[in-house]
Amino acid sequence: MSHSDTPVSAHAPHDLDAYLHSMVHDLRLRIDSGALRDPLMIGIHTGGVWVAKHLHAALGLSEPLGKLSIAFYRDDFTHIGLHPQVSPSSLPFDIEGRDIILVDDVLYTGRTIRAAMNELFDFGRPSRVLLAVLCDRPGRELPIQADVVGASFMLDHHEEIVLSGPEPLNLSIQHRAVEA
Amino acid sequence: MAVVFVRPKLPKLARDPWAIQFDSDGHLKHLLTIEGLGAEWVTRILDTAESFLSVTGRDVKKVPLLRGRTVVNLFFESSTRTRTTFELAAKRLSADVLNLNISTSAATKGESLLDTMRNIQAMQADMFVIRHEQSGAAHFLARHVEQHVSVLNAGDGWHAHPTQALLDVFTIRKMKGEFAPLRVAIVGDILHSRVARSQIHALNTLSTGEVRVIAPRTLLPAQVEKLGVRVFHDMREGLKDVDVIIMLRLQRERMEGALLPTEDEFFRLYGLTPEKLAWAKPDAIVMHPGPANRGVEIDSEVADGPQSVILQQVSNGIAVRMAVMSLCMGGREE
Amino acid sequence: MSNTPYFAQGIDIDHLKPPEGCRPGIDCQRWVIRGARVLDPASQLDAVTDVFIDKAGIVAVGEAPSDFACDNIMDARGLWLIPGLIDSWARLREPGQEHKATIASEARAATAAGITSVCIPPDTDPVIDTPAVVRLIKRRAQLAGGARILSIGALTQDLDGKRLAEMADLQEAGCVAVSNILKPMANLAVMRRAMEYANTFDILVIVQPQDRALAHGGCAHEGAVASRLGLPGIPVAAETAAMAQILALVEETGARVHFANLSTARAAQMLEHARFAGLPVSGGVSAHQLFLSEMDTDAFDANCHVIPPLRSLRDRDALLDAVARGVIEVIHSDHQPHEGDAKAAPFPDAAPGISALETLLPLTLRLVENGTLNLQHALHRVTSGPAQLLRLKAGGVAPGLRADLCLYDPQAAWTLDEQQMLSRGKNTPFAGWDFSGKITHTWVAGRLVYGQNIEPK
Repeated sequence: MSHSDTPVSAHAPHDLDAYLHSMVHDLRLRIDSGALRDPLMIGIHTGGVWVAKHLHAALGLSEPLGKLSIAFYRDDFTHIGLHPQVSPSSLPFDIEGRDIILVDDVLYTGRTIRAAMNELFDFGRPSRVLLAVLCDRPGRELPIQADVVGASFMLDHHEEIVLSGPEPLNLSIQHRAVEA
Repeated sequence: MAVVFVRPKLPKLARDPWAIQFDSDGHLKHLLTIEGLGAEWVTRILDTAESFLSVTGRDVKKVPLLRGRTVVNLFFESSTRTRTTFELAAKRLSADVLNLNISTSAATKGESLLDTMRNIQAMQADMFVIRHEQSGAAHFLARHVEQHVSVLNAGDGWHAHPTQALLDVFTIRKMKGEFAPLRVAIVGDILHSRVARSQIHALNTLSTGEVRVIAPRTLLPAQVEKLGVRVFHDMREGLKDVDVIIMLRLQRERMEGALLPTEDEFFRLYGLTPEKLAWAKPDAIVMHPGPANRGVEIDSEVADGPQSVILQQVSNGIAVRMAVMSLCMGGREE
Repeated sequence: MSNTPYFAQGIDIDHLKPPEGCRPGIDCQRWVIRGARVLDPASQLDAVTDVFIDKAGIVAVGEAPSDFACDNIMDARGLWLIPGLIDSWARLREPGQEHKATIASEARAATAAGITSVCIPPDTDPVIDTPAVVRLIKRRAQLAGGARILSIGALTQDLDGKRLAEMADLQEAGCVAVSNILKPMANLAVMRRAMEYANTFDILVIVQPQDRALAHGGCAHEGAVASRLGLPGIPVAAETAAMAQILALVEETGARVHFANLSTARAAQMLEHARFAGLPVSGGVSAHQLFLSEMDTDAFDANCHVIPPLRSLRDRDALLDAVARGVIEVIHSDHQPHEGDAKAAPFPDAAPGISALETLLPLTLRLVENGTLNLQHALHRVTSGPAQLLRLKAGGVAPGLRADLCLYDPQAAWTLDEQQMLSRGKNTPFAGWDFSGKITHTWVAGRLVYGQNIEPK
């Protein structure tokens, strides 16, 4: 891992380009070393897709970017219901036996990634899945870790990372409304 | 002695007859009729169905949304076709499905609808999909189920068949886009048709330019124009400038009730043949809720012809029912 | 004061002595009711005065008779004294359907609602087509000790529409009228003979006009609401076609005919024309038809499933107008109590009918509140109106009439809660309605049968 050993201060200015650049660098090394063979890239709706677009362009991958919408796989469906605007997943390739870079914006509880992996396997059986996230933060509820991380943030549970986009991408730390 | 005038309180039900479809947060809980849904909810159901359509194109046509939930198909009228699409929709949402075909014949006489419902509810059902020969049966069930149970009307008497109407407008939207410029004609036995009633409500909810009904007077309900339709008795007039033609199934029993003289005369006057189809717009689409009586209300050449979208209707039906099931059953646990 | 209302016990006529619990001083025969606003629609009396009761009858209004000695004084200041109501069309379900209601349960509910006479249609099981059944009902009613129960005999044996019932015997046994209710007659020739035969003995024939074939399978008014809800309709013509046939036979036979349960504007108009032409016909309407319409069936409320169906607002307004102008002189309850299960079904499958004894007077008086009728005319529709129709010596507050009387507290506002209803049937669409006054005491034939705040002596 690259940056994650030295967490970034939550209040420092966020150098998004540097984070993305570091991710591209890390992924490039893995491709060049043969650890990833001709990978497909899939972004998780919506922030993950924005991040993936940058990585996809920078790496110059041959096949189009895939988009995964986990609305039908969320484990909190019984509490919050279906999102009013569900945008369907679109994987314009066959994932069977392929290496896949799964991209999301923030890795927090791990539940989104769990849902995304479940959905991914409903499309086929990839040979390898690598997780790349722009931001990592504490608060994991499932045994899931990222392989490639743009930046790590030490945050309290009442703070959250908000990525706005798609153009320009902007990162901010906000205080969550305190729940009863 | 002064007489005090006390304003009568209206009975609870009459105030907003369709409010029962929503929970206290305004969330859709039961789907009993299109009435009262409004364009917002109809559109939301259609948009959600659109996403589910993408799921049906995948290798694994299943999503885990309703995993662990039990959907009970309570069919008091036999209909393999409709039941199968509900069953498939529930299974694609990973729900457990229980099919109960309850014939209303001697075998079950004595057990009321309420008894049946309570017995099954005790088996931890989360949703009832009900088809019943009496108008209002779905409302009745919705009024008596426990708080957490949803009711989906799969056809009650002559009253409503909302999922059929939703899949029809879904199909029209995919084929034609906007509803405002459209003329839609519904042809045949409107009087006994729950499908027609729901279609009329759905089309009017989406502000369709003009909804027409074409039928002899014996097959039209009293004051049908109050449903928001233009009434025609002649096919040539009624089909003029029409974008969508919906043909209804004609039950053979109608000849016995002195509603029609013969099937032959009905087909000659109202059956959709290539000649009559030519009176509509050249790009008009032909729909039928199925199963079609070929040679009674529709000619095979039309049913299988290029303007027919009857098979699309069937495949859209599963996505629409998945959408309704997941919208009704999501987000209600605290 | 005791909070639970007092109900009289029944009298076992076989032993001719009051059963245990009958309290002297309360069940006694001589009363003076002091200081009530006395309302008598027949004489238009409306005055604060005293009423004297002796030997089951009213002996004086105003001054006490010289030899009057009273056992009991009722201080009724602030209350209205009105004639006990005569409900000309109400089903009590006994004999035959005691799981729905009994004479005892309904006679008691009637007295608390101010109804002192109830006429029951002949579709009991057994059918009221022999004097024995009439006597059975009379005996059950006496045992019940509430309102007087009067039988309406069958027009044909077993209501089969073919063989005439023994109408003269039925009349002698106490039947106030004959009717074939909604059961069809085999043909118009039988109906004609039945009317002629009834007319021989000056027996009133009550007709519920509804053509069977036109109404077949229907459960709601054939109109915009039924069309939207997909409910099989009953057309207006089901009522008017049947009525026209009967009117033609009245012209032919001269029989006295009362049309019960009218529901349409057109029928009210036909009745008006027939009465204007001098035919011996009259009309009755159930109270709910004056307040509800097809709009109330909008949410498949099974309590609004009635036969004849709730019709359009236009029909309802025409019925109100006919009642206001005296074309329709009788308002009845069309009481049809049901057990919960009978209504626990989808609208078309639910048994038709309303448990209506307890809303007859409140709804009738609401016609005064909403300006349809004045108070005396409203009371006439449920007291002296049906008394004249059925030739009963009751329905008024005047010397010589039977002491069937009620005290009414015009200030006792209440809300109808179906679970609080005294009738065995809780099937009412009026639950939650607010009413402005209540019956406090009821006498049947000079005997106090119902009273609030009675302290046992």
